[in-house]
Amino acid sequence: MKYMLLLARSDEEWEALSDEQRDYPAIARWFGELAQRGVLMGGAELQPARTATTVVWESGKPLLTDGPFVEAKETIGGFGIVDVPDLDAAIEIAKTWPATGHKVEIRPIVPVD
Amino acid sequence: MKSGAAKDVTGASVEAVLTSVVRDEAGRLTAALVRLLGDFALAEDLVQDAVVTALEHWPVDGLPTDPTAWLLATARRRAIDHWRRQRNYEEKLALLVRDGPSPEHADEVDDRLRLIFTCCHPALSREAQLALTLRAVIGLTTREIARGFLMTETAIAQRIVRAKRKIVEAGIPYRVPDPDRLTERLNEVLGVVYLVFNEGYLATVGASPDRRDLADDAEWLARLIMRLLPDQPEAAGLLALIRLHRARWATRFDSRGQVVLLRDQDRALWDREAIARASALVLQALRTARPGPYQVQAAIAACHAEAPSWQQTDWRQILLLYDQLLRFTPTAVVRLNRAIALAEGVGPAEAVVEVNSLEPALSGYHLFHATRGELLRRLGRPQEARLADERALELTTNPGERLLLEERLAGST
Repeated sequence: MKYMLLLARSDEEWEALSDEQRDYPAIARWFGELAQRGVLMGGAELQPARTATTVVWESGKPLLTDGPFVEAKETIGGFGIVDVPDLDAAIEIAKTWPATGHKVEIRPIVPVD
Repeated sequence: MKSGAAKDVTGASVEAVLTSVVRDEAGRLTAALVRLLGDFALAEDLVQDAVVTALEHWPVDGLPTDPTAWLLATARRRAIDHWRRQRNYEEKLALLVRDGPSPEHADEVDDRLRLIFTCCHPALSREAQLALTLRAVIGLTTREIARGFLMTETAIAQRIVRAKRKIVEAGIPYRVPDPDRLTERLNEVLGVVYLVFNEGYLATVGASPDRRDLADDAEWLARLIMRLLPDQPEAAGLLALIRLHRARWATRFDSRGQVVLLRDQDRALWDREAIARASALVLQALRTARPGPYQVQAAIAACHAEAPSWQQTDWRQILLLYDQLLRFTPTAVVRLNRAIALAEGVGPAEAVVEVNSLEPALSGYHLFHATRGELLRRLGRPQEARLADERALELTTNPGERLLLEERLAGST
């Protein structure tokens, strides 16, 4: 089964951290190990939510708004997609996410036949 | 008068036989069907339908000679209805005949464990774990679960549907956890069983005669888990803990349904034989030198149960056990219970200091205020004690506990 691991944190707190505190080498190792195991389908870090542009439809017409579709203290700062046998395997991977101040939401991806 | 009593006994025993047959057979059948069909939600539905049908027919037609075969045949008929529209339904149906699950199936232990661990998977909410375990593992009907928790059938049914959907859609595996996760996951399972027990424990006798005896279901579950996982001392610890509580069952309420505190219980009415057996079970578990919260709680319960009186209780031992329990479960509630032992073993002044320190965490918990009230009264501070008791009463919903607090307040004027 495929799962998307949504890496959530507060943009504000994340940006206040020093490079050392963010520990990108550890994050790179995490993705690297998953890739080596052959379970990683993709993943990336996202720019903070303040950079977002949202398209909304009003009376069928697309309009642009500045900012994310929902204002929240915690936002998605990145994601990884893994292909593993079951939820337990996805949980084990999520538990090893190394970045500080994060929550990891595990979302199953709807299979396409 | 006499014939009325006899009728009650007969009625109760038919029900008891039904309960135990369903418990023994339904979970076994569900467990095997999930493996055979590879579809948790469907297997559980088929067995639930069969159980509901059995509960309608058996009291009228009598128990079938082979209840498992009867349930399987009924589940099979449901399956035919379900699969008729599908192309390969005959293949699936053949599965239910050729490999029809039998009680002697070699995989039975694994099947049942898989079912239990799936129902108590930590990705499900506690409420979902409870409802699903009662239905899939014990074979309770939705109606019985609703009665046990004093909830509506609709609410319970929804909870179960959602939980089963999550199992399928989120890919919750149907298997026994790996050895390095087993202890942690077992703890989750035992937590569910103990919650079931506690739901049943405070149910006032006579308040609702048709209320399901969840304490009995919990004991049955704990015993099943202990038999399936004989190497796990915590399973034995939980079974012993439940049995020790139940050995004092008859004395926990008085004739008006008022809660009777441990210190005031008539110890002559305790089941000494059950206490001795459960205490031996705790000792046996502790000898494996892999202690855990349930073994320690059972050891505390055993200390109480074996004491000739409240005054002659071994409070030093109990305090040591609470210290050990705090290492496993460092919660404010455990510290509150420890404080009660501290009041007896050391003194109420020391205990009240400890209790006061729990104020922010437990200010919404009725037993925090009740304990504080009791200690303050012993320290000769009646006004403060009264305020604490009043607060406790405001926060208490259980009728048996309310009666006790009301009596206390009436006596303290």
